Amino acid sequence: MAKIKSEPGWKDLEPGFVISEPGTAREYKTGDWRSERPVVNKDQCIKCGVCYIFCPDMAIVKGPENYFEADLYYCKGCGICAAECFTGCITMIAEEE
Amino acid sequence: MAEKTGIEVSIAAADAVGMTNVDVVAAYPITPQTHIVEHLAELVASGELDAEYIPVESEHSAMSVCCGSSAAGARTFTCTSSQGLALMNEIVFLAASMSLPIVMMLANRSLSGPLSIWNDHSDVMSIRDSGCIQMFAENGQEVFDNTFFCFKVAENKKVSLPVILNMDGFSLSHMIEPIEYWTQEMVDAYLPDFEPVHRLHPDKPVTMGALGMPDVFTEAKKLQNETLINSKSVILDAWKEMGEVCGREYHPVETYKIEGAKVAFLSMGSMGEVVSLAVDALREKGEAVGQLKLRLWRPFPFEELAEAVKGLDQIIVLDRAISFGGPGGPVASEIRNALYHQDNMPFVTNYVCSLAGRDITANDFIKIYEESSSASEEMLKRNDYTIYGARE
Amino acid sequence: MIEIRLHGRGGQGAVTSAELLATAAIQQGKYAQAFPNFGPERRGAPVMAFIRIDDHPIRNRHMIHNPDLVLVLDPSILRLVDVTSGLKEDGILVTNSKHNADELREELGLSFKMGTVNANLIAIEELGLPITNTTMLGSLLKANEVIALDALIEPLNKRFGRIAEKNINALKRAFRETEIS
Repeated sequence: MAKIKSEPGWKDLEPGFVISEPGTAREYKTGDWRSERPVVNKDQCIKCGVCYIFCPDMAIVKGPENYFEADLYYCKGCGICAAECFTGCITMIAEEE
Repeated sequence: MAEKTGIEVSIAAADAVGMTNVDVVAAYPITPQTHIVEHLAELVASGELDAEYIPVESEHSAMSVCCGSSAAGARTFTCTSSQGLALMNEIVFLAASMSLPIVMMLANRSLSGPLSIWNDHSDVMSIRDSGCIQMFAENGQEVFDNTFFCFKVAENKKVSLPVILNMDGFSLSHMIEPIEYWTQEMVDAYLPDFEPVHRLHPDKPVTMGALGMPDVFTEAKKLQNETLINSKSVILDAWKEMGEVCGREYHPVETYKIEGAKVAFLSMGSMGEVVSLAVDALREKGEAVGQLKLRLWRPFPFEELAEAVKGLDQIIVLDRAISFGGPGGPVASEIRNALYHQDNMPFVTNYVCSLAGRDITANDFIKIYEESSSASEEMLKRNDYTIYGARE
Repeated sequence: MIEIRLHGRGGQGAVTSAELLATAAIQQGKYAQAFPNFGPERRGAPVMAFIRIDDHPIRNRHMIHNPDLVLVLDPSILRLVDVTSGLKEDGILVTNSKHNADELREELGLSFKMGTVNANLIAIEELGLPITNTTMLGSLLKANEVIALDALIEPLNKRFGRIAEKNINALKRAFRETEIS
């Protein structure tokens, strides 16, 4: 089985239930789990990267002009980045808004 | 024909493992398996065998190490008995479900308690449903020959499953008897190099032991079952090829004096040789008695058994373990199940005997034959199984 | 088939004796079996070992209940264990003892044919140790030459290396000095 396709038959599986193509977790969209998203106030941000270090899902990436921002495909909205930010420049905003 | 060497079966077994040029041995010593792993450790320490001998702190670790090394593509061997097998239990199931072709010898010993170090089959019955290929050897020569067979079948790409070679503790493992060694050329011709189906390697990463959600678990188990069932054709070929290499061809169900027999004993392991002495004696007295020996336990040889029992009125199954509160011995219950749909199904009588190495002789089997052949069918049906020799 | 039962004490080499004889017999083209009384190994405790030798493949795997020959490595065992249990009527009891057969038969109330040898003395003089297992093999072969004495030389050399010579001397001397009556 290269990747877990939806509802595979037993003949579609590899012996030993091996997943023979690496990196399938990369395609898994954990961003759907999020009810709040981090929003950065770039006026306050000092580009220190503490959010990048603390993010348990490695969902924060360095963006344009070296600002750190969440990759919303993966970000689960846990809020750790906002809690750890020295300058308080990250606010968690409800997804609904 | 090659010369026979007088040697302890355990030492010969370890020599055979050495001759497969095994890469990794991980084992924890336990009576009566000890001599096998001690001799392997000697072979590695003396430089005769170029392998990693990993002295682990428990059987659970032994099988865990084996899973790792087999997954990395190393030819892997372990060996245990009884409580050791019980401790490694969960990893045995993992090895099979992860399709890791580990070869394990079991020097069969009863599971405690009462605490016992002697031989019966209660240990292996605890992993009956693990998904491993399981076979029984009857004497030292069969242990030696089938060591190569186990690696050949386990590592076949159509199979890729753990294989367990059962040898009775003490009555096989500690017996000095004549064994005809293979030459290294014979082994090399019979056993190809190990080429795993998948291996853990940084150049081509794979995931082993992934989570199986309910929507795919059933399919994974169906695949595992089909692979084990289909391994039988590879098993048959490997035994046939062995006949060409060493002149001894093995079969899933062996028979002895079965022609014209109305009643047959059925057993697994080294007890078969003693039973055959009783068959000889009963035949001399004119009794229509024969013998069946179940060599392949998993995958269960349904077709071969059906063929072998043709014409029999009664099968006396000699079990060496008890399914407590259940249908007697595990072998008899499987034989009954296997023959259930057959026309003229032979009557299956079940004796649980020789638990924890209690000495059993040909005379005991003659007694069992006389007891069960003189009993009325009504009585036999009422006494579904008998624990032979248990004093009141 | 000849069936032999050995009685000794743990650590005295009864199992080694059984192994040496069976190995030598197999080397001579015979079928043979040697095995210990299965169980935990305890130094000093009375132990047994078993040998079967035959011209045909051996299918028995149980203990030997009716031996043709009983070999006793340690004289103190005679008064501790029923060594002749199951011994065939025409069987022979071969024992290490400083007493002769008539004295022992009288003391133990036995009527079996016997082989006797002062193996302790031989072992101390030849090996410097009261370990009688190889010595008593010489005695066994005097009582029943199931294989030629010389057939044991190679297995003894292989097993004992530099001390093999002493063991071979003890074996040969016991063969000469054993009295059968």
